[in-house]
Amino acid sequence: MTAVVELIAAKKTYGQVDALRGVNIAIQAGEVVAMLGPNGAGKTTSISLMLGLRQPTSGQARLFGLDPRDARARSRCGVMLQESGVPELLKVREILEIFSSYYPHPLPVATAIGLAGLGEKANARIDHLSGGQRQRLYYALAVVGDPEVLFLDEPTAGMDVEGRRGFLDGLRESVKGGKTIVLTTHYLEEADEIAQRVIVIDRGQLVADAPPAEIKRRVAGKTMRFAARADERTFAGLPVQHVEIADGRVRLLTNEPETVLKALFASGLELSDLEVTGADLEDAFLALTSRAEDRRVG
Amino acid sequence: MSGEVAPFGGMVVQQTRGEFLKLWRSPIFSIFSLALPVMFYVFFGLQNAQRVEQGVNIGAYVLASLSAYAVANVMLFSFGIGVALDRGRKYDVLMRATALRPIATMIAKLLTGVAFALLALVVLFAVAALVGGQRMETSQWLTLTWRLLIGAIPFLALGFAIGYSVSPNAAPAVVNLIALPMYFGSGLFIPLDQLPSFIRSIAPYLPAYHYGQIVWDAVGKPPDNPLWQSAAWLIGYTLLFAAIAVRAYRADESKKFS
Repeated sequence: MTAVVELIAAKKTYGQVDALRGVNIAIQAGEVVAMLGPNGAGKTTSISLMLGLRQPTSGQARLFGLDPRDARARSRCGVMLQESGVPELLKVREILEIFSSYYPHPLPVATAIGLAGLGEKANARIDHLSGGQRQRLYYALAVVGDPEVLFLDEPTAGMDVEGRRGFLDGLRESVKGGKTIVLTTHYLEEADEIAQRVIVIDRGQLVADAPPAEIKRRVAGKTMRFAARADERTFAGLPVQHVEIADGRVRLLTNEPETVLKALFASGLELSDLEVTGADLEDAFLALTSRAEDRRVG
Repeated sequence: MSGEVAPFGGMVVQQTRGEFLKLWRSPIFSIFSLALPVMFYVFFGLQNAQRVEQGVNIGAYVLASLSAYAVANVMLFSFGIGVALDRGRKYDVLMRATALRPIATMIAKLLTGVAFALLALVVLFAVAALVGGQRMETSQWLTLTWRLLIGAIPFLALGFAIGYSVSPNAAPAVVNLIALPMYFGSGLFIPLDQLPSFIRSIAPYLPAYHYGQIVWDAVGKPPDNPLWQSAAWLIGYTLLFAAIAVRAYRADESKKFS
């Protein structure tokens, strides 16, 4: 069976910058795939290649086995792009009616409005929508063509916790309908909640492609910061993925802050000003991506 | 194959509807392209509707001038600012990612431009005929209308050239900075023979001057030069602006979609 979405040894260079350095991805029908990685990792470039918005410098992108620019392929896709806007002076219902005319078998506009939870805003002008409502409108625009594949580039950006929850619930409904979903995100929890497969991209390279549970085991979940007289050797043998020491301040990345603390107290280390926070994505992936480090040198 | 892609006609209809509503609801557009020409006509044309000087009906002359101003403005605003806005908010990228065919967008923009040009003319002509009592032969009204539309093509091309070249924030300023001196220097606001001589010496090089020549001719004012010369100037300017527009479009395209 042909993959729905395929990148084959795809490289993309912008001037001097290598945005993608030869990536192979094949996504089958019905898969829900989260692409995860820090800013500038190449997620958006990957999506752009998959959609035919940009052309690979070398390698190939295929959509339903076709050139992604082929109208027949595009007719089976719905897209939510990062930061792309729509005309402010149109109303929600109007822009959806316009978009539905691009697709051969669209949903009724009212259904798309309902899926996006925009019921009471159907007749509102787009310039009167809040950031979160706007994001839901983009989702409605992505699903109105009743596509087989949904590409969602950072779909929950700008949503509050509640909005994000509602959105993910809606997405799960779509998944039940058998849609293939490719989404990019900054949030590991989000990927974990919705995806069966997580692709981690860093600096234009694929660093992991596995179920979310396995990815979670491999990345650091917490950041610990404290002041102490310590050096690298202090933390030898502890479940720590990354250590930084500067000016008597220590920063650790770990999945087991309790174990680390217990060991440190037991060793008699005097530490003060302790702080334990959830690692942000950049931190969380330091561990996972450090293997790519040697290849980058030179 | 049918069923695999959406019908083209439906796309064009919906896309045109969107373009039309965007423009219709844009205050900057209705003020500059619909209200101002009418206001100027009320100031300068109304009391002259019956006056004839050297065989030229002054009311009809003013009406032709302001109609040219209105139609050229529709083209510059709808294409210049409209395209720049779509680019600025990356609506063009989103549309590109859908199954919408780019040619449908182009047709929609053209249809909308023509529709608004006609709308601006209907408003102006109605005020002139009903309030000013302006009288012309039916054939003159028709000749004036089609020459206004055909002669506006260079401004359409100029609109695209600006729309693909400048940022959305700069677009209204750039359009006005180019358009207003050009209208003024071409005699669309004040007849050329009342302008300083240095402006009169520049005028024959401006596209709006030649646009003026062909529409003034339609209402009975003999042209300064043979009409074919003005037509040639307008064609030349169309080619020039179209070349700039295509260059700017390609540059934008290769930045975003290569």
